[in-house]
Amino acid sequence: MFAESALNVRNKRVQNLFRILFLMMTVLLIIPVVIILATLIAKGGSIISIDFLFTDPTNGMTAGGIFPALLGTVWIVAVALLASVPLGVAAAIYLNEYAGDNWFTRIIQLAIINLAGVPSIVHALFGVGAFVIFFGFGTSILAASLTLAIMTLPVVIVSTRESLRAVPQAFREACWNMGATRWQTIRRVVLPNAVSGILTGVILEVSRTTGETAPIMFTGAAFFLPFLPQGVFDQTMALSLHLFVVATQVPGVPDNLPFGVALVLIAMVLLMNSISIAFRMYLRGKKKW
Amino acid sequence: MSVINPLNRSMTTDFDSRNMDWYIDKFVQFIVFVAGISAIIFIIGIFIFITMEGFGFLLEDFSFREFFFSPFWEPSDEDAPEYGILALVAGTASVTGLAMIVAIPFSLGAAIFIGEFASGKMREYLKVLVELLAAIPSVVWGFIGLSIMNPLIIDLFDVPVGLNVLNAGIILGLMAAPIMTSIAEDALKAVPDRYREAAEALGATRWQVIFKTVLPAAKNGLLGAVLLGVGRGFGETMAVLMATGHAVNIPGSLFDPVRALTATIAAELGETAVGSPHYQALFTIGIFLFIITFIINLTADLIVRGIRKG
Repeated sequence: MFAESALNVRNKRVQNLFRILFLMMTVLLIIPVVIILATLIAKGGSIISIDFLFTDPTNGMTAGGIFPALLGTVWIVAVALLASVPLGVAAAIYLNEYAGDNWFTRIIQLAIINLAGVPSIVHALFGVGAFVIFFGFGTSILAASLTLAIMTLPVVIVSTRESLRAVPQAFREACWNMGATRWQTIRRVVLPNAVSGILTGVILEVSRTTGETAPIMFTGAAFFLPFLPQGVFDQTMALSLHLFVVATQVPGVPDNLPFGVALVLIAMVLLMNSISIAFRMYLRGKKKW
Repeated sequence: MSVINPLNRSMTTDFDSRNMDWYIDKFVQFIVFVAGISAIIFIIGIFIFITMEGFGFLLEDFSFREFFFSPFWEPSDEDAPEYGILALVAGTASVTGLAMIVAIPFSLGAAIFIGEFASGKMREYLKVLVELLAAIPSVVWGFIGLSIMNPLIIDLFDVPVGLNVLNAGIILGLMAAPIMTSIAEDALKAVPDRYREAAEALGATRWQVIFKTVLPAAKNGLLGAVLLGVGRGFGETMAVLMATGHAVNIPGSLFDPVRALTATIAAELGETAVGSPHYQALFTIGIFLFIITFIINLTADLIVRGIRKG
């Protein structure tokens, strides 16, 4: 009865064509990465073992495991978190709970965006100028971690602010009406309701910090060290830099070693991101208000 | 008075007395304020510290003409060191340019598909996937360029070396695309649904809605996404260090090796003596990079914020 007109048919066809075209573009964006991951697993999978993770590199880094690099990355990430999480959460509290909607807040936001956009190698130069030389930390875990902490600060601020914003204003008002001060309200009502969201952001920051290479190259990470770090003023090896070193700086490395290091690094990063995403989805499903 | 009106007195003690809670509150307010402005402090600090380290070079060996217009970067030449970044800028620009040619169509296409065509579960999965792709560290991308793309390019195009503009451009494009996709998708999402509904009510098909209504309305946000991609390409270090071939060269073709500004700093900073002209010249490149990316990010933000208000 309602036969489709020629125009309708044509429109439908064009629409389907575009749908498929854009789907193809999305798929083409993803396929190379899938191929790359498959190659990494195919070439590096054979070397991965408990031994590989927990022994020292030997024979001028052409054999053995990655334990010192793994441990060094844990050190660097832990110290970086100690510095950036309190600072980032406090900054987000200021922006969401205290700051008004004015030009000054706008400038802070611009600074945060720019801090995230400054090239990682410029952060490295800053780390050298400020922490290694000016503050006299030398090339150490402390200098490397502080450099990374400043670099990843925007991640913590943005995600914390997001979860603070998700706490309904009525919660705060109810608390103020009971005579609580601003800080009591934040500590007893706002933060407890936002803490899991903040945690999501922190996991994301861990992932980001794990993968960064350029900022730690000159501030605290070493190509090779025969000993493990004893404190924050020691240098250390790091997994990301170790990949760079075995891939480009050491001659005679067997083919599967750098692939194995890359696989461990990418697995750590993707695992932490997945945990963060899963956590976020779980929270979204659980939300009561 | 106080006996007659006890309520009044209790009011004053409750609200005006500066008890412990009041001081704690003020103290915390001060602490979070300092944390709040820390981003500003760090941005200024970064600029001051890299300028401080590069200052000696700017005063003595720096010549504007040589620095920006000489294609010769020979800082370790004992007799006549040359500090020209033209070839390095050309290297960075060529790689970033190719990366954008690779990334723009795919990221915008993917953003349109995720934002306008995909629905429900599929959209969720694709967004998660894009987020995971964006998380792959740059040193891993560089390694991929070195170990997977390099032999591939040698095989496919029959060239002696596969570390060149093509390699680094594709790697950088793949790296930037997921980030550009999610920013572009945000820009599409910012277009109010009533625009789409109005267009559909007039009888427009889905693709007409997208091309005639959504894309024009999201134009600024999409431009912002592209600009942030450019900024990212300009500042990327490890991937371009490992995939470009690292030869100071103004590229004549896709198969020429080049060297990027960022990679130069990363490769040479470890070998220079603190305070030497070479060391200071590297910091001067850092100042240049800082200013360029600052301008790009600022512009992107102003453009994106422009539509939010309008």
